[in-house]
Amino acid sequence: MSKHKIIIEPGTENSNYWRDLWNYRGLFYFLAWRDILVRYKQTVIGILWSVLRPFVTIVVFTIVFNKLGGFPQDGDVPYAIMVCAGMLPWQFFSSAFSESANSLIANSNLLTKVYFPRLIVPASTVIVSLIDFLISFVILIGLFVWYQYVPDWKILLLPLFLLLAMITAMGTGLFIAALNVKYRDFRYVIPFIVQFGLYISPVGFSSSMIYNHENIPQYLKYLYSLNPMVGVIDGFRWCILGDNTALNISGFILSIIISILFLFLGIWYFRKTEKSFADVI
Amino acid sequence: MSNTVIKIENLSKSYLLKHQQTERYSTLSETLVKKTRSVFNSKNSSNKTVEEFWALNDVSFDVKQGERVGIIGRNGAGKSTLLKILSRIVAPTKGRITIDGRVASLLEVGTGFHPELSGRENIFLNGSILGMNKQEIQRKFDEIVAFSEVERFLDTPVKRYSSGMYVRLAFAVAAHLEPEILIVDEVLAVGDAEFQRKCLGKMKDVSGEGRTVLFVSHNMAAIQNLCDKAVYMKRGEVQMIGDSEKVISTYLKGSSANAEMNLADRNDRSGNSAIRFSSVELKDTSGNILAAFQSGKDAVLNLKFDRIKGKEIKNLHIAVAFDDEFGQRISHMNNEITNEIFNSIPDDCNEVEVHIPRFPFKHGLYTFSLYATVNGELADWLNEAGTIDVESGDFYNTGKQLPDGQGKFLFQYNFKLPSKF
Ligand SMILES: Nc1ncnc2c1ncn2[C@@H]1O[C@H](COP(=O)(O)OP(=O)(O)OP(=O)(O)O)[C@@H](O)[C@H]1O
Ligand SMILES: [Mg+2]
Repeated sequence: MSKHKIIIEPGTENSNYWRDLWNYRGLFYFLAWRDILVRYKQTVIGILWSVLRPFVTIVVFTIVFNKLGGFPQDGDVPYAIMVCAGMLPWQFFSSAFSESANSLIANSNLLTKVYFPRLIVPASTVIVSLIDFLISFVILIGLFVWYQYVPDWKILLLPLFLLLAMITAMGTGLFIAALNVKYRDFRYVIPFIVQFGLYISPVGFSSSMIYNHENIPQYLKYLYSLNPMVGVIDGFRWCILGDNTALNISGFILSIIISILFLFLGIWYFRKTEKSFADVI
Repeated sequence: MSNTVIKIENLSKSYLLKHQQTERYSTLSETLVKKTRSVFNSKNSSNKTVEEFWALNDVSFDVKQGERVGIIGRNGAGKSTLLKILSRIVAPTKGRITIDGRVASLLEVGTGFHPELSGRENIFLNGSILGMNKQEIQRKFDEIVAFSEVERFLDTPVKRYSSGMYVRLAFAVAAHLEPEILIVDEVLAVGDAEFQRKCLGKMKDVSGEGRTVLFVSHNMAAIQNLCDKAVYMKRGEVQMIGDSEKVISTYLKGSSANAEMNLADRNDRSGNSAIRFSSVELKDTSGNILAAFQSGKDAVLNLKFDRIKGKEIKNLHIAVAFDDEFGQRISHMNNEITNEIFNSIPDDCNEVEVHIPRFPFKHGLYTFSLYATVNGELADWLNEAGTIDVESGDFYNTGKQLPDGQGKFLFQYNFKLPSKF
């Protein structure tokens, strides 16, 4: 019986935190399962939604940036494929980020009535976004068929960049989720970040436009690559567009470092505040 | 065999009560404004509005394996707070708890139920939230369904369930937990009488298997029936521990000792203190002070309050709520419903009276809570401000009494034949 011996004291760090998290993986699975069930039950055309929304945006971006704005494409890849390679990770990030940032508030009755490592709640919401992402992947395949485009071997490295996108979404999501419990202003910050992020991330255009532009000073280029989604999207394009796009290595590495920094910051702040969630929420 | 499984030592929990603020979370802008203000004005009174409040104060007791312990006490005594700390949902401020065994807590029926999901799906979801794994739920699935008696509706979304069915299903899941220590908050209050009996029986079985049960309830009969030991809590402190029968009777009587109706030095209250209740007196209509009201006699409740000198009181809204000895709300008097809000109170006046013709409660002990707002802002809120003893009286002017067990409320009525006869 001493296997379950626990001591509850103020302020003590739970030394078994990560083991506890592992023991509660069943709950993680069920919460993700619940969110998926609910998501596809409540909408009439369910799965179609996860395809329709990014598809329409891709069409609009292609028309606005390429046909009207005259933005150049990467190499000779159709512009729509380039937009799609940026749109899919962006959609994933924005939904994973906003869902996890709101998840604690949305599950406040769980938080005040049962014990479990709180990290499970924001983490499980990312799974729904992941499923959406996988479904919306058919758009990319559709575009490949339509334009008769064959990607090279690099596309096999895509999961790595998906992982990077997940790290970015989790890090920022955890941080905002914890802040959101205490300061409800962050409810309004979340859509703002998502919208603002879309403007400063290379979704509708190619990063090479920024990096290769002579009139943009170097420090602005570094500032640009501080946005972790620049690294994610550039990575996606590098995998999908193959030799048609060049990866800006220093900018890319900077983005990765920022992503990982965010993850540590997010986890640190989350763990620091999670003990008082049930008191405050 | 009788080893200690829960050891609670000097447990305390404090909350910061923020006056004038109804939400526990703050907004960032508010915090920034306060911070800047205190930078510029270091002896600013901004921390005056924050008050430390001890929801639990130096609680210590042990629970042995296989014991069934009931926890009783009035609203706000700290019972749920204690259970939440035991369940690791909130952290204590001071003290230490050692728990030896797998704990399952049931602080609410149906936590995490999702209205859109079917009964079947919710059994799995709720089971895993309560700490069962998938194999465990699958193994007990049929038993759970049988216990809940909702077989026919298993694939219906629970939002279509009646509230009784919902509770049955939720309790059925919880009843099949197999922890070594079961912690249950006031959850049986819902559901019909028969189902409550069934649940109590189930809990008894559970403890028959050597499991330990901690059970909070306002239902003294349930506590007496289920628990051999009881803990009486009062304003965050343990008042008495022992044989449940003795503790219950002390609890029921003990409330009258509480009838010192001097409220000035109570600090378990909230509000901005524009007025602050200071004392309560029971009177008759000629102004004589009474020790108790009597059913059927005209009664006057005199509420005195302190006020801030020189500050006028506008739009005074007062409410007095009554609870019975089980903590059930009986009724509530309120000068807003009766369109009697005081637009302004004369400068030298510090009392109001509530006139209650033919006092309509049966004999017994009633707790009342006081609530006041001034100009729309919470001025003073005092839970369990005091108790009112009501003695039997001749409500119907017939010399006869409503039998015990037939309710608590007395009202005027007449039996007649329809007028055509
Ligand atoms: N998160 C919180 N923030 C501030 N005060 C709180 C919080 N939780 C509880 N309290 C206060 O702690 C006190 C004890 O509350 P608790 O819920 O433990 O009472 P209880 O004995 O369970 O009452 P009841 O019989 O009504 O369920 C109350 O005065 C309550 O207002
Ligand atoms: Mg309670």
